[in-house]
Parts: sequence; C-alpha cells; structure tokens
Amino acid sequence: MSTYYASLLAESGILLLGALSVYIILATGQLSLGNGAFMGIGAYLSSWLTVTMHMPLTLALVISALVAGLIGAVVAFPALRLKGIYLAMATVGFAEMVRSFFLNFEAMGGSGGFRGMQHISVGTVWLWAGGILIAVMLLERSRVWLEMQAVHDDETAAGLIGLNTTATKISAFAAGAAVAAIAGGLFAHHNVYIEPANFGFERSVDFVLAVILGGSTVAPGSLVGALLLVFLPEVLRPIADWRLAAFGSLLVLVLLVRRQGILDRSLIRALTFRRLAA
Amino acid sequence: MSHALLQLTGVTKTFGGIHALSGMACEVPEGKIVGVIGPNGAGKTTLFNTITGAYRADGGSVTLKGVDITQWPSHRIVREGIARTFQNIRLFGSMTVWEHLLVAQPHNEASWRRLLPVAWVNPAAQARADEVMDFFGLTAFRDRPAKSLPYGIQRKVEMARAVTARPKLLLLDEPVAGMNHDEAEEIRTLMLRLRDTGLSILLIEHDMNFVMRLCDYLYVLDFGVPIAEGTPEQVRADPVVLDAYLGKDD
Repeated sequence: MSTYYASLLAESGILLLGALSVYIILATGQLSLGNGAFMGIGAYLSSWLTVTMHMPLTLALVISALVAGLIGAVVAFPALRLKGIYLAMATVGFAEMVRSFFLNFEAMGGSGGFRGMQHISVGTVWLWAGGILIAVMLLERSRVWLEMQAVHDDETAAGLIGLNTTATKISAFAAGAAVAAIAGGLFAHHNVYIEPANFGFERSVDFVLAVILGGSTVAPGSLVGALLLVFLPEVLRPIADWRLAAFGSLLVLVLLVRRQGILDRSLIRALTFRRLAA
Repeated sequence: MSHALLQLTGVTKTFGGIHALSGMACEVPEGKIVGVIGPNGAGKTTLFNTITGAYRADGGSVTLKGVDITQWPSHRIVREGIARTFQNIRLFGSMTVWEHLLVAQPHNEASWRRLLPVAWVNPAAQARADEVMDFFGLTAFRDRPAKSLPYGIQRKVEMARAVTARPKLLLLDEPVAGMNHDEAEEIRTLMLRLRDTGLSILLIEHDMNFVMRLCDYLYVLDFGVPIAEGTPEQVRADPVVLDAYLGKDD
C-alpha cells in the first residue's frame, strides 16, 4: 500500500473513533461540538507520557482516556443545565478554551507544536479503532445502552421509570471524551507531530459530520461516515476544484433523503437477512 | 382503613400563587385499588407528579411504608417501589416492547455487567420481561417498535413497563382514557388480577362507571382539596360530591 493511501486509511480510523465519541454522547440526546478538544487532550497527554515519561503507548492511551473521561464528566456537570443548541454552543466554548490553552502552553511546544513520538502503523490505529467499534456495538445490546436510549427518547419519562438520567448523561459524556482522547493519542503517534490547530472546531465538526452522514442511530454508521468523509473527496479528485462542492452537495442530498444517515437499524437488518438467506 | 402503604399528610403544591394541592391527605392501603376523581384542574395529575417526585411538594409529607420520600428524586422513589403511567402515553420512540420491559427493571447500579449484552448476562431480566409480556398479552408484539402499535396496546405496554419493576404501588393516570368499552374492560380485569398479586393501585380516572366498579376506596378532589372520601357507594351518595362533581353530569 502506498504511504499516501496508508495515511488516508489511518486518518479514517482516527475519524471513526472521533465519530464514535460523538455517537456515544448523541445516544443520550446531547450534541457535543467540542470533541476535538478531548482529542487534543488525549494527543498531548499521551505524547507527554510516551516522550517525556517513556511510558509504553498502550498505557499512555489508557491513562489519557481516563483523564479525558474525568474532564468530560466535569464538563458535563454544568452542561447538564443546557439542552440542544445551547449545549452544543457550550461545548464549542470549551473546545476553544482547550485549544488556546495548548497554544499558550510552552511546556508542550505552544504554537510551535510538539514532536518526538514513536511512529505507529496504520494497523495499530485500526486495531484500536476496530476494537472500540466492536466494544460500542456490544454496548448497544447492553442494559446501559437501553438507559441511554430512554434518556434520548424522553428524559422525563426515563426519570419516572427509575433511571438516574443525570448519571446516564454524565457517563455518556465521560465515555465519549475517553474515546476522543484515544483518537487523539493515535493521531499524535501516527503523525508524530501535533499542534493546537489539529484539534480545532473543524475537527469537532468532522466528527459530527461522520456520524450524521454514516448513520446516527447505529455504531457502524460512524464507520461508513468516516470512510466516506476521508475517501469520497479522493474519489472525486478528477473533478479537481469542484470536488469539495460536489461532496457538499452529496452530503445535503443524503440528509434530504435519509435524515437518520446512510445506515440504520432496518438497513442493517435487511442486509443481514439477505446474507443469511443467500 | 388498614395499614397504609402510601400516606400523604397536608401536602401542598402551589404554582405562582395558585394552590394546585392544598393540605392534601390520603392513603393507599396494601393490596387495594384506590381512585382519585375530580373535575379537570382539580389537582389530580399534580398529586401524581408530587408523589413521584416530578414536582417537589411545598409542604406536608409523603411516606411509603413509613419512609418519608417527600423530597426524594424521581428515580429513587421508583426504586423504593412506586411506578406510574402517564395521562398522555410516554413510550420511548426508538424501543421495542421487549426493550421497554428490560429497561424499566431495577438493577444494581455498580455492576459492570450492565455494560455487557443483556442476552449474555441477564437471564433473570429476560425471564421477568417474558413473564410480564405474557401477563399483559403482549408477547405477539415483542419486537415491534412500541410507538407503532395501536393506542390500546400502547396503554398496555406502558402499564407493563411500570409493573416490570415489581413496584409496591402502581399509579395509573387515566388508564382507560380514549379506549372503547371492551378495551376498558380488559384493563379492568388486568388491574384486578394485579391487585390479586398483592399490588396496590392508585388511579386517576374520568370514567365514573369504571371507577365505581373497580375501586375499593375513593377520594374526590376539587381545587386541590379533598372534599369527600369513602367506598364507591358512600361517595356516590355524598351530597357534597353530587354538588361539586357528579351532580353536574346528571
């Protein structure tokens, strides 16, 4: 595989994790437009742990995920008072705060960025991305996921059937932040260089876009979205300057035809049955 | 009345100076069906919302088996043993009937097993969901999205969801509203069968015939104040009630 395609593949694996981080939070009915910040926290923290503290990558990723998860839970507390567009705006504010923190944090290179990480292969990226996708798919069949769905569908009714909606929403935020942090750690160690601009608003929007495009009601939707978002502009390359416009039009078209995104429960069921019948 | 499972003493709830409940006192004994009737705006749904913690009472106390639950959050009250249905059906749009019956079951919050597929780790929850589905005659609709079902079936799913948590007390907010006679009769039979299992029921209902034939005891509310109570026969004969409520219909 050429280095170019390997880097695209790694990019899609990282985007898959970013999309999953949004998907988990979205499953409780909350929209986060700030997951780029959690990715940044994971990228910087894991890089510091491996480069400065000489820690193995796996351990560094786990610690970064736990720390980002904790920060996610702390951020979620005030965010609990906000809903819909207001919550989304608050997460944008948080992301901007984190980005400017790293911009001024000279110990980690500030605006000049940070380097010195050991390169990891596209295989390692996908090992993590695939593993976490499978874990989320298993989680979708769990009791906890049913509770998240209940909070998503009708928060008041969820509380009145005995669910602790506050704990559910905070846990989802923490889990989403942790997954985004792993995406950041993998990004840092695949690209071996990071700077605050890598984790800005555009990154957070890409995550949301992948979920919305691929399917916001099933975890594999994030996979479809991530692959499309990375590879479709490449496929459209022959139309040169018009490719981003074409991509944008395609996105609008998909959303008009399928509001739930390309993949949903019934499409998966239809595909599975066809395969079983064959 | 016999030993009370639920007891309300002097419960008050105001909204911007309007007394939705004013010194409300009532009780539900174990294994009985108690009804609350009253005209629209009498405070019946506010009463339910206050008992279940959706609203915080401004005064008075609510006790369940002697435990003061007045200021508890909703989810804790449910776990203590009070489940409810809603005046306007509130089912979860993305869930099947089966999923409704799983999600409403009580659980050990700390258990990591909650993160694993239900099919792997929780045969007891599945058995309970099967049992409740069978009781309510919902087995044929197991994997159907609950909100896609006919109205009468949705009402039963909501009741089943409440019962699956093994509550001590079931609060039903107009359980037969919008139902035809046969459907209402079916619900009445189900409620009597539930009472026979030892469950206590507190219900709000506008259908007088239904209430009179079902309840062991009745409270009549008007402007947030209980104006009468007693057996259906006593309430039917009470001149105050006839004036305030029943009499207007005749």
